[in-house]
Amino acid sequence: MSEVPRFWRESRHRYRLVGTRCTNCDTLYFPPRVICPTCRRESVGKMKEEEMSGVGEIYSFTVVHDGLEQFKMQIPYVMALVKMKDGPLVTAQIVDCSPEEVKIGTKVTATLRKVRSEGKEGIIQYGYKFTICP
Amino acid sequence: MSSIVSYGSYIPRFRIRVEEIAKEWGENPENIKSGLFIHSKSVPGPDEDVLTISAEAAKNALRRTDLDKSKIGAIYVGSESHPYAVKPTSSILVEALGLSYDIHSADYEFACKAGTAAMQNVMAMVDSGQIENGMAIGADTSQGAPGDALEYSASAGGTAILIGKNGFADFNATLSFTTDTPDFWRREGEKYPSHGGRFTGEPAYFKHVLTGAKKMMEKMGTKPEDYDYAIFHQPNGKFPTRAAKMLGFKDEQVKDGLLTPFIGNTYSSSMIIGLSAVLDKAESGDRILGVAFGSGAGSDVFDMTVNDRVKSLKRERAKGVMEQVNNPIWIDYATYVKYRGKIIMRGA
Amino acid sequence: MRDVYILGVGTTKFGELWDLSLRELASEAGLKAIMDAGIYAEDVDALYGANTSGGQFVDQEQIAALIADYSGISDLNIPSIRVEAGSASGGAALMQAYLAVKSGQLNTVVVGGVEKMTDVPSEVATEIIGGSLDAEWETFFGATECSIAAMIARRHEFEGKAKRENYAVFPVISHKHASMNDTSHFKNIIKIEDVINASPVAEPLTVFDNAPISDGASALVISADLKKINNASHPIKIKSSSAANDFLSVHDRKSVDSFRAVKKSSDSALSLAGLDIGKIDALEIHDSYSIAALIQLEEILGKDAIKMTEGNDFYFNSSRPLNVSGGLKAHGNPLGTSGLYQAVEATVQLRGKAGQRQVKDPRNFLIHNMGGLGTTSVSTVIGVD
Repeated sequence: MSEVPRFWRESRHRYRLVGTRCTNCDTLYFPPRVICPTCRRESVGKMKEEEMSGVGEIYSFTVVHDGLEQFKMQIPYVMALVKMKDGPLVTAQIVDCSPEEVKIGTKVTATLRKVRSEGKEGIIQYGYKFTICP
Repeated sequence: MSSIVSYGSYIPRFRIRVEEIAKEWGENPENIKSGLFIHSKSVPGPDEDVLTISAEAAKNALRRTDLDKSKIGAIYVGSESHPYAVKPTSSILVEALGLSYDIHSADYEFACKAGTAAMQNVMAMVDSGQIENGMAIGADTSQGAPGDALEYSASAGGTAILIGKNGFADFNATLSFTTDTPDFWRREGEKYPSHGGRFTGEPAYFKHVLTGAKKMMEKMGTKPEDYDYAIFHQPNGKFPTRAAKMLGFKDEQVKDGLLTPFIGNTYSSSMIIGLSAVLDKAESGDRILGVAFGSGAGSDVFDMTVNDRVKSLKRERAKGVMEQVNNPIWIDYATYVKYRGKIIMRGA
Repeated sequence: MRDVYILGVGTTKFGELWDLSLRELASEAGLKAIMDAGIYAEDVDALYGANTSGGQFVDQEQIAALIADYSGISDLNIPSIRVEAGSASGGAALMQAYLAVKSGQLNTVVVGGVEKMTDVPSEVATEIIGGSLDAEWETFFGATECSIAAMIARRHEFEGKAKRENYAVFPVISHKHASMNDTSHFKNIIKIEDVINASPVAEPLTVFDNAPISDGASALVISADLKKINNASHPIKIKSSSAANDFLSVHDRKSVDSFRAVKKSSDSALSLAGLDIGKIDALEIHDSYSIAALIQLEEILGKDAIKMTEGNDFYFNSSRPLNVSGGLKAHGNPLGTSGLYQAVEATVQLRGKAGQRQVKDPRNFLIHNMGGLGTTSVSTVIGVD
């Protein structure tokens, strides 16, 4: 079963880390939100899309050994909470590294990767992952 | 005429040494190294493809310039390993790079010279005034059949060339030479390419590379010694070295643009990743000859001169080619076949 | 307002129950609860069914209707409503049933939970369990629920708030208690080294830090009708039930290693019951992951929690009995059932019928059921006056 529209709708957010800024309280949110959880009704109509810088550091991480089927090729893979320079915490994979290289505080930068695909015939779902800054 | 405004390359970090491949097939690695002049090659990660490689190369190009992205009027991607047979890589890149939706875009294919074909089209559009700037990308994640000689060389990488007016490297001229020569091909739906063995040499690579280069020097009234750098398509380390010698170029002119010995043949990025490495160090006044070759067969030739604006180029904002070459993660043959989808996975 | 009593309880064994289907599990628990209560279907005003992911595990929605049907009560046209709040579905269903009876609209209600998890391979179960995370911004990118728990653990340790042993101890406690419970998924006793050195699932968490994938169903009959109670001199009462929620995803919270909703729901439940934590004789908490158990206790017990993990306070015969049922970790974790089994255990203990693992003369249990990792929190106080 194809999930094309559900994926396609989020593509700019997933390709380029486009979040939303509440222009009422000047807070940037990622993932994007329609309503600011601080300003609530004051934020209606004041949420503006904004692309994040793509740089951040590891806030916490884990090495996943028993993971999702779609990620089997990469097991063991590193998942992290990345504290973005722009503010938000982002849950994402850290790739192109050995798990030993990942520490809390390690600087990382966003990269575009294949995240999932709908089998061999379906669409390829791209999105952000992070790599360690040299 | 149009010029190079910015450029950027991306090479996957995973690498495999010739020794790892040779031992699986009972070959002597020293013979491969001296015969093909290849020591190692890049391997795309399991989550990398031509789209992700193109995006990273293009982002590197965009980092090095302050050009307003909305002024990019075309994006063309040349590859023989586009992720989709039908569904353009270039349109995904428009969103991934945050470019204007008012943009010309298409995917190109001409074996290893699809990226340079894209460059020529962007140049034409800039020169004609149709667009102000355009992005041409050559990228591949090429496959060699297990056990085939190509397995030592078929690698992955990509280069993006941003072309416009008032760039830091002027195109003095470009030309192409094309004949119907079936030296290398892949039929629709086939996973691995086929090739004509030694037929890929003299009647294909050498004929087109040498003819293209000679025609360019004839057209421009130049001789090999007029160029500071010469870059040739590099399916292995041996062919470009020999072609350069046959044309009368010296090692010093060729060595900076010769990457295949370390990262393998990046196909559509092959010549232009060499160009990218040269642009990482070129100075004002440097003249560069670039000769791309695509099987099937043809050559695209470029004569370029770096100008004074190179001094304001923000090269340091992105990782250079050699910096990426020298940042490998070595993998063994088992990991390589896993990453390249050469083992049968359930549901994959 | 009037009081709400637990008339009867019933549960199936928890574990890999290959012979039993979802509907068979549910009707077994329901029937046991009704028989335990000594009532008949005609006495029941409504059925609340708790289930987390039947739609994904066995392709079945409208699960409350199915349970009623296969329990043989459809002919009575009793309203049957499913409650879903992730793995807090059981606690949430109990709360809804309690409020309905408390309000006076309904007198006697059956509340049952069921989850049939082993009809799918474990990789698929992992994916379904991840459904309590944000599908678009966590699971999509490769996160499993255990991976999020692991990142909470890593950060908690990094901040110097806990060491590995401070949470590796919870599976040990749960296994000890489960070994004395006939309906447990696991009966083996483990040591803290076993937990730390087992196969990693998401580092630092190992297979022993994770509650298992279990099948199981539990049910209670609750009522405001004292006349229906067999032993009216010693009625077991739901003294309060209170829920609270937090941001769905840990990455959106101000602190990743605290569960604000847990503090809010447990404080509220205690306050509504007119009790302070000192009056609680035993706790059942949601030890889906060892680290989740620790963070819940830090919210419920405050600073003492860490120190208590270093002693033997949490065993059934000690000062602060915890998860005397065997917990989700060792008694089993059929997601939507977990909150109801906690209530079954509290009832059995308050009746003094828990056998070997009996807590000495308990008067009040605080049970805490959780959806996701601190997202949905339901606290219920069950006790005797």
